[in-house]
Amino acid sequence: MRHTISVLLQNKPGVLSRVTGLFSGRGFNIESLSVNRTLEADVSCLTLVTTGDDAIVEQITKQLHKLIDIIKVTDNSDADCVERDMILIRVKAEANTRAEVLRIIDIFRGKVVDVGPKTYMIEMTGNATKLQAVVDLLRPIGIQEIVRTGTIAMQRAHKN
Amino acid sequence: MKVSGAQAFIKCLEEQGVEVMFGFPGGAVIDLYDEILKQDKITHVLVRHEQAAVHAADAYGRVRGEVGVALATSGPGATNTVTGIASAYCDSIPMVVFTGQVPTMLIGNDAFQEVDIVGITRPVTKHNYLVKNAEDLVPTIREAFHIARTGRPGPVLIDLPKDVISAMIDFPEMKPVKMRTYRPTYEPHPGQIEKACKAILKAKNPVIYAGGGVIAANSNEELTELANKLGIPVTMTLMGLGGFPGTHDLSLGMLGMHGTYYANMAVAHSDVLIAVGARFDDRVTGRIDAFAPNAKIIHIDIDPASISKNVDVDIPIVADCKHALTAMNSWFDRSDACDPAVTIKKHGPWLKEINDWKKKHPLAYVQDSDIIKPQFVVEKLHELTGGDAIITTEVGQNQMWAAQFYQFNKPRNFMTSGGLGVMGYGFPAAIGAQMAAPDRTVIGIAGDGSLQMNIQELATARQYKCPVKIAILNNHYLGMVRQWQELFYDKQYSATVLDVAPDFVKLAEAYGAVGLRATKPSEVEPVIKEALATDNTVMMDFVVAREEGVFPMVPAGKATTEMLLV
Ligand SMILES: Cc1ncc(C[n+]2csc(CCOP(=O)(O)OP(=O)(O)O)c2C)c(N)n1
Ligand SMILES: [Mg+2]
Repeated sequence: MRHTISVLLQNKPGVLSRVTGLFSGRGFNIESLSVNRTLEADVSCLTLVTTGDDAIVEQITKQLHKLIDIIKVTDNSDADCVERDMILIRVKAEANTRAEVLRIIDIFRGKVVDVGPKTYMIEMTGNATKLQAVVDLLRPIGIQEIVRTGTIAMQRAHKN
Repeated sequence: MKVSGAQAFIKCLEEQGVEVMFGFPGGAVIDLYDEILKQDKITHVLVRHEQAAVHAADAYGRVRGEVGVALATSGPGATNTVTGIASAYCDSIPMVVFTGQVPTMLIGNDAFQEVDIVGITRPVTKHNYLVKNAEDLVPTIREAFHIARTGRPGPVLIDLPKDVISAMIDFPEMKPVKMRTYRPTYEPHPGQIEKACKAILKAKNPVIYAGGGVIAANSNEELTELANKLGIPVTMTLMGLGGFPGTHDLSLGMLGMHGTYYANMAVAHSDVLIAVGARFDDRVTGRIDAFAPNAKIIHIDIDPASISKNVDVDIPIVADCKHALTAMNSWFDRSDACDPAVTIKKHGPWLKEINDWKKKHPLAYVQDSDIIKPQFVVEKLHELTGGDAIITTEVGQNQMWAAQFYQFNKPRNFMTSGGLGVMGYGFPAAIGAQMAAPDRTVIGIAGDGSLQMNIQELATARQYKCPVKIAILNNHYLGMVRQWQELFYDKQYSATVLDVAPDFVKLAEAYGAVGLRATKPSEVEPVIKEALATDNTVMMDFVVAREEGVFPMVPAGKATTEMLLV
């Protein structure tokens, strides 16, 4: 099963390699990873997506916790949370396909951020499933290149 | 008043109560050595290989229950420490290792004797540091000792660039270390203690499975109290030996691959298994689905990641073993539900069953009147030291025979490289143990193969007048590997024959130590007696039955009940 894990860590040299080293050393798998600063200057938030059964994910969270520089580990799987990736897509946009491309990205609320003689660069955010759907739709038209960020996630506010 | 980084280093070690450190110099740490010479509170033991410094610090820390300290220079000095650090990590031994590093401005330039030792040791340390700013030096050392000795203990490495050691700094006042991200749990959850105690009271066939955590937490007395109170048999891991008296009626000895028949049978037939500071290592469990298949499992461990890692645990207790066992003992003392006499009586049939197993297959070997049996040597060592020596071992058959036949009644008397199984551990460990306890008898039980991996430490032992007694169980084989080849590889003794070997007696003499040899069973006792009476480093070469095997043995991947017996 897919798990999105949020890790708050101290912003010190080598912390990221402690995390990735733990995954490679113990044979855990990382599907995507994203790190950046938080409101606190010396604290970063790392979001990673991994797959594994409950026992493996329990081990992953415990092992992460054990790293000295790690402040907090949250497995978001059981929580109601918003997850987002961002994608940049360079897609062929010639006279006969331009309108189709624009129509598709409009439905998914993407936007054109760069225009070349025969291509558009499209920027879009969404969860992994949505972005995959766009890629699948645009592929027949001719995708030249994609770049995707790792997933980031935030839990929704409690309703009451 | 300003001090140099090197002076601050010494002051920090003094603050931490360090009396002995083990090391080997080089260009990057020459400033530290200059300060070491100027003081006399800390004894520096010059080893002859940095790996030995770390093993010696490991055993020193174990004997004293303190943090061991080792020092090496940059580059090759640092890489030579890696095996020792990894061994200490596997065995959860508190230790701080200092390595020299090239000056900060050269880091990353492939400078002479530069290695990224922090990168290399990341997976084998509890934590590690590269000190880039001289002001961080003192707080880093204090934090490192704190991390090494608290929680699940372990080795911490500090990499010290040369300019950091020579910089002039203010020496900050000592304050308790407070860390935002590191707060081990010592106190057990009372609800979990109650659950565990109730499960124990319901048990018909309970077994305690005690590991190195019992010793690390100094909780052998609490463990013994629990076992005695309710009449629960205790089996120990290799790391747990001495955590419960080996000669006690309730002791089952060691379990696992070379555990006793009755320990493995008891665990397999248990209905409640109480794991205390143990980690369900594959050498203990054998085939995992056949390990204690019908037992409710209670697991006390200070490291949450050890719990439910290899087997599903029914009642986890994250806590220091001493705190958890104390809480359990007092629960039983307070509870109306518990009448110890009744419980002990209820366990009668179970203890009888276990005793029948003990009678059926005791730990045994076939005596021989012409050839020395290695087990006989270990038994004699036990007898002639009153079971009260500090024993270190190498790795292989010698290690298992030591574990099986030297019955440890007290903790911190048995030093072995358990988790990593490092050949070459035992001799430097014996030196470290002797430095920690100058008045005790220290015996290094050795294999002829392993001993040669750190034989150069004869010079260290002599230099520091360590009267360690090395007992070589000399089978002229890499015996443990040979045993596997005999049993599972059609007796193809590939690369395990050690026919070419030094004359260990002459070798000892070459270093100014004493060499003794026994080739017949009748010579064993006189040789040991002479060694014990000698105030010098002694190497005893026991020429033993070459193809003796270690039994019982659970073949790799088999259930622990599928033992090969003598
Ligand atoms: C550094 C290292 N290399 C290889 C091994 C694999 N190994 C385990 S036991 C053993 C044989 C040890 O031989 P010896 O020291 O003579 O002990 P014996 O088994 O004969 O008592 C070997 C090679 C190891 N444990 N450590
Ligand atoms: Mg041998």
